[in-house]
Amino acid sequence: MNWVNAVVQGILLGGFYALLACGLSLMFGVMRIINLAHGDLAVLGAFLVWVAVDHTDVSPFLALVPVLGLMYGVGYALQRGLLERSLRAGVLVPLLTTFGLAIVIQNLLLEIFSPDVRSLGGRTGGVTTTSWRISGDLAISKLGVLILAVAITVLGGLHLFLTHAPAGRAMRATAQDVDTAELVGIDSRAVYARAAGISVAVAALAGAFLAIRAAFDPSSGPTQLIFAFEAVVIGGFGSLWGTLVGGIVLGVSQTIGAEIDPQYSILAGHLVFLTVLAVRGRGILGAREAIA
Amino acid sequence: MLLVALAFVPVLLGANATQKLTLLFVLVILAAMWNALAGYGGLVSVGQQAYIGLGAYGTIYLANHNVAPYPALLLATVFAGAVGLPVSYLVLRMRGGQFAIATWVVAEVFAIVVSLDKSLGAGTGTSLIELNRYTPDERRAYTYWLALGAMTFLLALLFVLLRSRLGASLQAIRDDEEAAASVGVRVMAGKRILYVVAALGCGAAGAITLSNTLFIQPGSIFGIQWTAYMIFMVLVGGLGTFEGPILGAIILFLVQDWFADRGVWYLVGLGLTAILFALLLPHGLWGALEERFSLRLLPVGYRVRGLPSRARAAEGDA
Repeated sequence: MNWVNAVVQGILLGGFYALLACGLSLMFGVMRIINLAHGDLAVLGAFLVWVAVDHTDVSPFLALVPVLGLMYGVGYALQRGLLERSLRAGVLVPLLTTFGLAIVIQNLLLEIFSPDVRSLGGRTGGVTTTSWRISGDLAISKLGVLILAVAITVLGGLHLFLTHAPAGRAMRATAQDVDTAELVGIDSRAVYARAAGISVAVAALAGAFLAIRAAFDPSSGPTQLIFAFEAVVIGGFGSLWGTLVGGIVLGVSQTIGAEIDPQYSILAGHLVFLTVLAVRGRGILGAREAIA
Repeated sequence: MLLVALAFVPVLLGANATQKLTLLFVLVILAAMWNALAGYGGLVSVGQQAYIGLGAYGTIYLANHNVAPYPALLLATVFAGAVGLPVSYLVLRMRGGQFAIATWVVAEVFAIVVSLDKSLGAGTGTSLIELNRYTPDERRAYTYWLALGAMTFLLALLFVLLRSRLGASLQAIRDDEEAAASVGVRVMAGKRILYVVAALGCGAAGAITLSNTLFIQPGSIFGIQWTAYMIFMVLVGGLGTFEGPILGAIILFLVQDWFADRGVWYLVGLGLTAILFALLLPHGLWGALEERFSLRLLPVGYRVRGLPSRARAAEGDA
């Protein structure tokens, strides 16, 4: 029964990883940038929600709304101010600038907020603590289900946006061929900035859930980036639904690893990632298309 | 000349200078290795700390198994290089940013495995007590000569590699991988050699760091800050130039000396400087100097950059 529990908890954890990963996936799909500051931007989002909750005493879920808007702006500005320039400078430069950005964000957070570990778990009322008890060993936390539902909603929403909304179709067109997209009148700079905005906002959403379901501190970012990346690679680069599958595979690997010995949790996730990499480079649902 | 002069430092100058110069040599090694990967192979690694940690912990492991400390340092370095070979088959399947994070995951895996091993001090760290059989002066001098020797050897190795046919093919790979492959350059083999050499060099840097500081923890020896230092040194000094990383290492060494006590702001400054150099001066200070004075101390040759002037093209044949 413990194993069943581990798998169920792993699937719920996978929802969180999928949410963390989908911004990374989108940005890579559209701009071919791996944003090495993705994890730190998520943690920045968590801190912003924390500040809002601390000052106004509202629920984190309410505080999230302005933070998402703000972080969309941050992503937009980041693309216009920094990434656009670095994209023009070659393949290596975006990696180097986003790595530099990660170091800057991390240390600024450290300077402003001190290395204390924080959590928003206590501020959300019943959702974080209650669960549905299925049997003696198996309990499903309401928060886990909520996060998985949010992840599916965000992925589904992005999918609909990319396939149906004019702005989303423009994004896909730009991802496939910038020059041709420009020829038919698409403003690729605006498309890129919008994609970066969405990516950073969703990262902040994941960061807020990190703060609610667990704890965070200024140095939490790199680990979150690695988990997000593992979910994307396991699921297959360029596939949004693959990201969900990848997140769940990663989550289940970690909870099963933890079932063997709590120390093996993260290691098990890394090993599954490396195995997928060794056996099948393109991931489980890997697509050749830019974004599907 | 410079080498001979440097070799006498432990005899002539104090303990402090010896230890500091050892640190500088470690930085030069790290910068040169990272530059070999990124500047010549087009491979941005954010996981070279994997091999820094392996070099250090390999030494501890061997010393625990009755190998004398200095031979243990050498063996651990070779071990780190040897581990790089199988790992290269895994990470070189990826390109660009994917390669970057994959190398990072490898470093994390090594760090976790080490911190699970109680005989290696687990998460709290361990020290190389076997070095206590030497007096502090002897120890500093030996470590210093080892660092000087390792740096000289590794720079010479890179120089020879880059001057060889491989150097030309590597730069072809960096500039356009598909085009290089289409004219028969063995892309994978070239990248693999660079990756293994970089693993070896970073292993040496880790082993020397251990014998210089005597104490290590998995959290710091496998830490991402090493990558931040490497990127800073290479970007400021000059990505893809042979001399640039050496210049960058000297700059970081001085910056550390002056600002390290500012803690957090120091790292913020490093990050911002790296971003500015990446965007505004992509070939770093050395690249700018070279451009200005057509200076070339150690020509690794065959270089045709983005805007090949006539002079450059002619020089390539020299």
